Amino acid sequence: MDTLKIGPYEFRSRLLLGTGKFPDLDIQDKAVAASEAEILTFAIRRLNLENPHEPNFLEKLDLKKFTLLPNTAGAYTAEEAVRIARLAKASGLCDMIKVEVIGDPKTLLPDPIGTLEASRILVEEGFIVLTYTNDDPILAKHLQEAGVHAVMPGASPIGSGQGIINENNLRFIIEDAKVPVIVDAGIGSPADCAKAMELGADGVLLNTAVALADNPVLMAEAMKLGVEAGRKGFLAGRIAKKRYASASSPTEGMIE
Amino acid sequence: MLVQLNGKNVELAAEITTVRELLQSYQLQEKIVIVERNGEIVDRTRYEETPVADGDRIEIVHFVGGG
Repeated sequence: MDTLKIGPYEFRSRLLLGTGKFPDLDIQDKAVAASEAEILTFAIRRLNLENPHEPNFLEKLDLKKFTLLPNTAGAYTAEEAVRIARLAKASGLCDMIKVEVIGDPKTLLPDPIGTLEASRILVEEGFIVLTYTNDDPILAKHLQEAGVHAVMPGASPIGSGQGIINENNLRFIIEDAKVPVIVDAGIGSPADCAKAMELGADGVLLNTAVALADNPVLMAEAMKLGVEAGRKGFLAGRIAKKRYASASSPTEGMIE
Repeated sequence: MLVQLNGKNVELAAEITTVRELLQSYQLQEKIVIVERNGEIVDRTRYEETPVADGDRIEIVHFVGGG
């Protein structure tokens, strides 16, 4: 059985799904089901005390079926990320954390220094740490030395749908990785999922590309299939590219 | 008693003296929330014995959709 192992956990699905920006909770529910994702990301925010009982997606979920991956989104420093991570864990629902320390509001690119610092602290505190990072092979190496349980390089800026911008760097990260590599952010289409998996990524994390698709439920299924196709293609071993043609039909026995 | 609750100044009723009573006043006892008081997380098993005092900074947070 080909499974994704992150720290002590094991998953059948290699598609991790974010839970933001869906048009409504019903569509979200169906999209999550169609994706067959087992890991769902969440953000931690203040409860709106003027309307504390507004519907909340987490409350709809069968928590036995899913592993929650809260993120530290919104953090611009390691301290802020650590604070959010501790709050998330105090829920008693999970010990995984997606470390996300942003360095710039326009690009939402990670701050590499804060990202490394927060990851190091949270590993020491016993979290299962999945770090959202730049597609920087050297930073990925430092994160692994700090003990993270998965590195999650961005394909392109969060929510941009640009797909994989630097295939070469992703390849370097994947080749050297000793922990799972999950391509996170910037995915736009099922082809991007397939590409990431064909490069040898262990998983894909996406949100906007499904949540804001014209038909999120259908797109969720398409992304699942993209991930599966790419994974199988990777395991099967693709042919090398050649400059010239190579006939598929026999050249012998031609009718003369 | 005046506290800062989720960043806003809120005047609490006199009978609210613990975190548990504060959560009850918003009917949050069944909800999945996490409470921080003056920068320290309040353990879920200690809501009843954790006091709420004048001038406290209290955060009540929860899980929302995010990527």
